[in-house]
Amino acid sequence: MRALVWRELRQSAAGGAALLPLVFFLLVATLFPFAVGPDGPLLARTGGGALWMAALLAALLPVDRLVEPDRAAGMLDQLALRGVSEEAVALAKLVGHWLSFGPPLMIAALPAAALMRLPQEVLFRLELGLLVGTPGLAALTLGVAALTAGLRRGGALTGLLMLPLAVPLLIFGAGLVERGNQAGALQLLGAVSLLLVAGATFVAGAAIRAGRD
Amino acid sequence: MSAPALLRLEGVTGRRGGRLLFEGLELVLAPGDAAIVTGPNGAGKSSLLRICAGLLRPAAGKVDAGGCALADEHLALDERQRLGDALAFWARLDGADAGPAMAAMGLAHLADVPVRMLSTGQRRRAMLARVAASGAPLWLLDEPANGLDAEGRERLAAAAAAHRAKGGAILAASHQPLGLDGARTLALG
Repeated sequence: MRALVWRELRQSAAGGAALLPLVFFLLVATLFPFAVGPDGPLLARTGGGALWMAALLAALLPVDRLVEPDRAAGMLDQLALRGVSEEAVALAKLVGHWLSFGPPLMIAALPAAALMRLPQEVLFRLELGLLVGTPGLAALTLGVAALTAGLRRGGALTGLLMLPLAVPLLIFGAGLVERGNQAGALQLLGAVSLLLVAGATFVAGAAIRAGRD
Repeated sequence: MSAPALLRLEGVTGRRGGRLLFEGLELVLAPGDAAIVTGPNGAGKSSLLRICAGLLRPAAGKVDAGGCALADEHLALDERQRLGDALAFWARLDGADAGPAMAAMGLAHLADVPVRMLSTGQRRRAMLARVAASGAPLWLLDEPANGLDAEGRERLAAAAAAHRAKGGAILAASHQPLGLDGARTLALG
C-alpha cells in the first residue's frame, strides 16, 4: 500500500503534472479581479466563492492522468494479478492524489486570497474549508477518472459527470467562507467530503474492474 | 496426480462481445509442464490467457490457477522511470529481486536507461524479466517472442527451461517456435 501511494506521488511529481492545477487555480484568481473590477469590498465579498469555483475547476484537470495511463499500460492488470484489490488501488490513488493536490492548493490559496483582498478571518475559513473539502474534490476526480478510463474522448464527459456532483461541496464550502459556520456548514462540508471519499473508493474500484472487459 | 496442478481448466468456454471463441477447454498443467496455445488470429488465445490469469471471467467452466505472472501486449512499467527502478517496483511487491532476471534477459547494462527509451525488443525483454522476477509458479506468455532477436529467443528459451526445472509451468500463445521442450499444443479455432 505504501509503495502504491509513493508511486502515485512520484507520478504526480513527474513532469510537473501536479503543478498544473495549482497554476490554473492561481490564474483564475488573477483573472477574477480583472472581470469584476478593482473594487476592494466587492472582491472581498465574492472572492471566497470565486476561489472555491477555481478549486473545483482545478480539480477537473488531473482526471485524464489518474487512471487511464495505468489502465492502458497494464499496471492495473498486474496489480490485480498480485492480489491487490481494485479498492485498495483506488484508495492508494486517492491518498496519493490528495497529497499532491490538497495541501499545495491550500498554499496556493494564500496568494490567491491576497489578490481577492480577503480579510484574515475569511482566509482562515477558506483554508479550513479547503482542508475539509479537498479530500472530497480529490475523491470526485478519482471516481470520474476511473469511470471514464478507456473511453475515447472522455474529456468532455468528465466535466458533465463531475461538476453536478460537486455542488454540495461548493455550497457548503462557499457558505462557510462567506457567512462563517452558520447552520453547521463546516460539519455538512465534512459530511459530504467523507461520503465522497468513502463512495469514490468503491465506485472507482468497481469501475476499474468493469473496465477490464 | 502427486504434485498439485498449477493450472486446471475444466470445460472453459470463452465469449467476447457475444461471440463464442472456444468451448469446453480442458487443460491441466503440473509443475514442469508447458503448453502452447495455437490458432489463427482472433481465435481467442489472448482471451484464454486473460481468463487463466483471472482478469476475465469464463462464460462457463471452472478455472483453478495458483499465482501467475502475465506478459501480454502491455509492458506495465513506468515509462519515465529507469528500467532497474521500474522492475524493482514490481519485484518489491513480489518480495523478490529483479537483478537476476534482468541479467538472464541480457538487460543488466540497461538498468539506468529510462523505460521510454527502450526499443521494441528491449521492451519485450523487460516484460519477460518482469515475469521471471515475479517468482510466480505459472507463466502466462502472450506472443513472448515478438520483436526478440535470435539471442533474445535463446535467452527466453533458457529462462523458460530454468523456470520449468524449478517446478514452474508455462502457458504460452505463440505463432513462432519458442523452444519449449516437450510442450503440449492446445489448438483453438
